[in-house]
Amino acid sequence: MAIAISLRDIVKVYPNGVVANKKVNLDIEEKTIHAIVGENGAGKSTLMKIIFGVEMPQEGEIYVKGKKVTFKTPMEAIKSGIGMVHQHLMLAEDLTVVENLTLGIEPRKFKIFLDKKEMNNLAKKYIEKYKIEVPLEKKIKELPIGLKQRVEILKALLRNADILILDEPTAVLTPQETEVLFKSLKELKEQGKTIIFISHKLKEVKEIADKVTIMRDGKVIATDDASNLSEHDIARLMVGREVSFERIEESRHIGNVALKVENLSYFNREKIQVLKNINFEVREGEIVGIAGVEGNGQTELVEILTGLREASSGAVYVLGQNIVNKSVREIREMGVSHIPEDRMKNGVADKAKVKENLISDRYYKNNFSKMGILNYEYIDGASNELVKRFNILAPSIEAPVNALSGGNIQKVVVARELSSNPKVIIASQPVRGIDVGSEELVHNFIKDARDSGCAVLLVSADLDEILKLSTRILVIYNGEIVKSFDKVEGLTGVDLGPYMLGLKRGE
Amino acid sequence: MNPLLKSIFSTSFLFSVLRVATPIIFPALGVAISSLSGSTNIALEGIMLVSAFTGVIVSAFTQNLWLSLIAGISAGVLIALILGYFSLKLKADIILAAIALNLFASGITVFLLYIFAHDKGVSSSLKSLVFPTIKLGLLSKIPILGGILDNQNILVYIAFLSVIIYYVIVFHTPLGLKIRAVGLNPDAASSVGINVVRIKLYALILSGVFGALGGLYLSMGYVSWFGRDMTAGRGFIAIAASSIGGNMPLGTFLGSLLFGIVYALANFLAPINIPSEIIQVIPYIVTVLVLTIYSARSVKEKEVGEE
Repeated sequence: MAIAISLRDIVKVYPNGVVANKKVNLDIEEKTIHAIVGENGAGKSTLMKIIFGVEMPQEGEIYVKGKKVTFKTPMEAIKSGIGMVHQHLMLAEDLTVVENLTLGIEPRKFKIFLDKKEMNNLAKKYIEKYKIEVPLEKKIKELPIGLKQRVEILKALLRNADILILDEPTAVLTPQETEVLFKSLKELKEQGKTIIFISHKLKEVKEIADKVTIMRDGKVIATDDASNLSEHDIARLMVGREVSFERIEESRHIGNVALKVENLSYFNREKIQVLKNINFEVREGEIVGIAGVEGNGQTELVEILTGLREASSGAVYVLGQNIVNKSVREIREMGVSHIPEDRMKNGVADKAKVKENLISDRYYKNNFSKMGILNYEYIDGASNELVKRFNILAPSIEAPVNALSGGNIQKVVVARELSSNPKVIIASQPVRGIDVGSEELVHNFIKDARDSGCAVLLVSADLDEILKLSTRILVIYNGEIVKSFDKVEGLTGVDLGPYMLGLKRGE
Repeated sequence: MNPLLKSIFSTSFLFSVLRVATPIIFPALGVAISSLSGSTNIALEGIMLVSAFTGVIVSAFTQNLWLSLIAGISAGVLIALILGYFSLKLKADIILAAIALNLFASGITVFLLYIFAHDKGVSSSLKSLVFPTIKLGLLSKIPILGGILDNQNILVYIAFLSVIIYYVIVFHTPLGLKIRAVGLNPDAASSVGINVVRIKLYALILSGVFGALGGLYLSMGYVSWFGRDMTAGRGFIAIAASSIGGNMPLGTFLGSLLFGIVYALANFLAPINIPSEIIQVIPYIVTVLVLTIYSARSVKEKEVGEE
């Protein structure tokens, strides 16, 4: 088989001394879907940036279809038929789909005017050719994320990409959207495109990839046919040790009700009822999982429980006390912790230091400050201890948090939220977009919190996570709890699926 | 009818609205196009001042309107280029750079005024030209409309035309598409090979041209002389006008017209028995009010959008 991209002895050292790629060799065969997996910081993103001309390697050679290349800018990579779908989509939200698609290659009328008809025709041609449906006249901001991503793929195809790099494309997608994406990718492969697919999710890698390359610590550990590797093999190679996919042990001691939600309803500004008469309770020492396709009211529920949003009716009790109309700080002081779904938005201040993020919920308390002046001696000590205890890989506590990898940023959030002696933990997508190693750590921390008597509410779109951690499971669909499973042992995604999709509901 | 109300509902009032709105329409378009590209130009005040001054001086010495026009526009574009050099090339904060240029413009024009006209206040000792007014002839007999449009300065018409030109540039040219893309998501734009800095510079140059026309109108149409700091905050009111209009052509035009009405109102109220200081402050109070209402509304919209 012909080789689309061949990398020889690629070495990349960043100016700060981090060696991201250590003599990487990699061959990508034409007309295959080639997955590249590895933990955060394993060097796969850097490698993709090198292929796409964003970064230049210090050593090594790159061959595209047998021809040696040195890309200094992404434009040169694009001209060689390489397209990239970034994790943070490169789309102008206020422009229409067709404007985004043809940006930079717009057909013109009389040289200086846009030829809108031709712009549409061009886009339609590619939509038909690759069977990727997108609404041309809509603005990007009106589209769900799955469609935006399709626009991005089409955009690369419009620039005649033969080799498509997708950087963790499924991290932001619902299972349904992922399915559609995979169908498109298979179709593209049929039509002769080569696809490089970066992922954390081993199940997906098994499902979609022909070949798998595993990276760890800047090196390629193995490349093999996907059919020769089990999920377990891949995880072991990625992390360098055995990783547990087993359910965590059952709760030993279940105590009193710590969180109680009563007849909770919520209407949004458009007067749509997002939450419908929700009732449940979480007891000390148990993890209650809320399973559901994203966008079924989970975000609103979590925000109400943590005081970020006001319920329309109903009550929420923490240790018997109603939290309605209480401020976020009051709710936190009652013992509620919150691991938010979007760590960059609600979890950390991304330009602030690690230590500042670690104390952002307690800076005003005794020891952390005295008479309104921050006590840095104490803060540094406490921060260093948290960094150690939660295994946060950071250059120092003085580093801005955005210098850390996604997994370690999440560990900063988890460290803060779990170290405040919480009674109730609201964890929303706690391992989203982080690597297998960090995922296992975070799950262990949550389990430890449970065993020490916390009540945990786990909201996740990742069924494996729900099935692994939960003592009980509630399924949310369209703002309603449609089913509750009191025994999780032996359940699989297949049992939950019909409820999550609204095909079935419990009595 | 109350004579004051009567005068407000007259064609001469509407005539005056257009007259005073013109030096807001131009800079508002200038702010709008730069804002679309993501680097809001608040140096329109300085650009107008420098162009107004250059136009007067060049016309006084050459007695040629075309040369004055070209010189005035060039001076405005030069200021825009300097702003671009500082903010895009040297990566200085564009707001600070613009403030510096506004102060510079105010100082340099007074300095040069003294050199050329031996006066630190006005240029009336120089024989400078004005742009012609347009006589509609028979068309001026059209009721109301004739009265509003007849005898307006040619630059008033060009201001209207500029709104249309702005619309065409923004929505019907590749340049406009790129300006919008760069303003919305520079990473996305550069990922498809657009030179972000160059596009922002083009937007600044266009904003310099619009601003220059506004300045030329002030000193060679609205009045026939240059006076120190004669822009009197119009470059800043233009920011309000364009942001009310969301930087869109019609919105920016209507926003400018709103301030035109307020200014004209202040002029018409002048003869009655209210201290003139209070009347002169009306346009600025309205600016603050409008911006408050406008931002309150957009905050609300944002919240709805986040649901």
